[in-house]
Amino acid sequence: MSIGQSIRVEGVALTLGDHDFAFDLGIPAGSFAVITGPSGSGKSTLFNLIAGFEAPRSGRILIGENDVTRLSPADRPVSLAFQDNNLFAHLDIFTNVALGISPALRLDADARSRVSEALARVGLGGFEKRLPGNLSGGERQRAAFARAIVRHRPVMLLDEPFAALDPALRRDMGDLLLSLHADEGFTVLMITHDPQEAERLADMAVFVDRGRVAAIAPSADFFTRSKPAALAEFLRS
Amino acid sequence: MAQAGGGLALAFIAGFIALALAPLLRFGGEFSIDRQVLSTLRFTLYQASLSTLISLVFGAALALSLARRPNLPGRIWIIRLMAAPMGLPALAGAFGVLAVWGRQGWVNDILGASGTDLQFNVYGLSGILIAHSFFNIPLAARLFYASLERLPSQYWLMAAHLGLGRVSLLRFVEWPALRRALPGAGGLVFMLCATSFTLVLTLGGGPAATTLEVAIYQALKFDFEPVRAVFLVGLQMLLAGAVLAFLKLFGAAEEEKNESGLLRRFDGQSALARTWDFLVIAGLIAFCGAPFAAIATSGLVASYPHLVTDPLFWRALATSFMLGPIAAVTAVILAYGLAIAHYGSASRVWKGALEAAGSLILLTPPVVLATGWFLWLKGGSGYGPYVLVALINALMSLPFAFHVLQPAIRTHFERTGRLSESLGIKGFERLRIVDFAILKRPLTTAFFFALSLSLGDLGAVALFGGDNLVTLPWLIYARLGSYRTSDAAALTLLLTLICMIFAVLGTRDSGTREGSIR
Repeated sequence: MSIGQSIRVEGVALTLGDHDFAFDLGIPAGSFAVITGPSGSGKSTLFNLIAGFEAPRSGRILIGENDVTRLSPADRPVSLAFQDNNLFAHLDIFTNVALGISPALRLDADARSRVSEALARVGLGGFEKRLPGNLSGGERQRAAFARAIVRHRPVMLLDEPFAALDPALRRDMGDLLLSLHADEGFTVLMITHDPQEAERLADMAVFVDRGRVAAIAPSADFFTRSKPAALAEFLRS
Repeated sequence: MAQAGGGLALAFIAGFIALALAPLLRFGGEFSIDRQVLSTLRFTLYQASLSTLISLVFGAALALSLARRPNLPGRIWIIRLMAAPMGLPALAGAFGVLAVWGRQGWVNDILGASGTDLQFNVYGLSGILIAHSFFNIPLAARLFYASLERLPSQYWLMAAHLGLGRVSLLRFVEWPALRRALPGAGGLVFMLCATSFTLVLTLGGGPAATTLEVAIYQALKFDFEPVRAVFLVGLQMLLAGAVLAFLKLFGAAEEEKNESGLLRRFDGQSALARTWDFLVIAGLIAFCGAPFAAIATSGLVASYPHLVTDPLFWRALATSFMLGPIAAVTAVILAYGLAIAHYGSASRVWKGALEAAGSLILLTPPVVLATGWFLWLKGGSGYGPYVLVALINALMSLPFAFHVLQPAIRTHFERTGRLSESLGIKGFERLRIVDFAILKRPLTTAFFFALSLSLGDLGAVALFGGDNLVTLPWLIYARLGSYRTSDAAALTLLLTLICMIFAVLGTRDSGTREGSIR
């Protein structure tokens, strides 16, 4: 059964410092979408709005049929992963993943086995007692994915999750993400700077430029045919 | 060349300390622990432990509250206020504490006005604890705060995302950061409180509340019991050595800036959390700010005509401004010699020896050195005491000067060493064209910091001070002792201004006092 839900960003406006942002966006349930665009264009701000780390001045954000605009980050139906520091460095992998189930770490036997299953699913079986510092960058991202699995939320937000990894590893991690997406069925929204990666993984792409959604299209079209000037410029560089 | 300079500095420091210890050893062996020594030792450890506990608990509370309010208005000023006690001479701090908590102080004024018969008595353990907390809560808070700031900013995002409550946040995020700073902060504060001299001397108020450091001084100055003094010196060195070994083992206190950028917090939005943070921050600002305010107000209403007609004041001022720069220059030269040799040497043992020389003084506090040389000079007259006070002050400032210069020199030579060699710039030309131009800044920083420390010091001058040798801190101490409070207030304000100005000049860029103790 698919748990994915749609994301709708409707007339959302906010100002940070001297930057104005205004976003309108719709992502269908269960899709795999990438957000791309130049540095400072507002990708992370859009991400923070959906995750609940920024509150808009006006407009609303819906996940499925629920208006989440006023919900705290913890109450939103999303899981997330950043480029790094997704794990608390002094807690072992099991604890880091288990925090995704209970923030006070109250776990029953079922919860414990779910953590171990999720770790096995991302290829980290037996890594329960290891500390993040003893893992490679790719393994740490796998653990972050395991936490997303146990959270079982309809939307998965990823902020350049593979940016710190070398190309071969990026490919492996992309494959893992694709298979998780297929199995779990959550909607994925991923920020990336890498056009090839976007094209390979995503079924739709969102181009953000100067605080606006400048274009949105199926990713196949996006990287081949008629694209906006700013996007063409971005892809050339 | 550099190694010879370093060797010379090392030999000078070791020789000076060894010569101070030699006459002490002559008296050793005939003394055993008696009840008085035991009670002094017990009180030293007791007050230091209590002071440390109070400083750590309130310091941690302040750090947690400050870290949770990154957008608090005036936050930068609160953080500067937390650094202020570091630049304040201990004696001025004692004066400020007395003006707030003393018999005629603000607290008793308020108690009196409210119609109660309660009187707060500052002398003894309570005064020592208040003064130590005044100096060390901000210090502990800064170390804890720095550790919290070093946490990656994603941790706060992740904690908000996972919905960690107050207890979970403390348990999984904040406590591990505090714990990392705990041994360094705890060891440092304990060290400062266990070897505290001036504060205990001025606020202890009797034999019941005496620490080793003060007992050494009293054994020599008033009882002239060198045997007892030597025994106490031995105990003192054991204690200091144990704490230094602890610090070496469990990591020194560090204070660096966080590089992961903008710090945002999503917790602590409830009314209860806001009230708590407000109470903690406002309470500690009041506690740590009041002595400063008291120094300023009593200094401003003091009678200056009386002071400026006092020839002793001018002598003290002249002596302080003669000895201070001599001590500071000596400290900088020694630190430069040690640091250059430290950079140039490949031998780990030699490097270790040079580093140890930089902080040997922490094992042999000023009063110990003064004691030894006091015995050599049989009390001291003529110019001997002047030279000694300057040298002891220089050694006291050495760890801090070394801490500023050593990293600066390392970076500088790593950057320019090969270039200078390939261009054939060497010797004096190199000093003039390359080294001095770049090292000017850390050298001045070290100089001003050493100057501030030396000018405010009472420890070295306490034994020698008298009609012969008068410095500003000594004069304040004498005026306080003879209840000439107006003079003491004026002098304290003057000394505070002088020392704070130099301390600010000495901490502008890099290098902090606490970081130097490793």
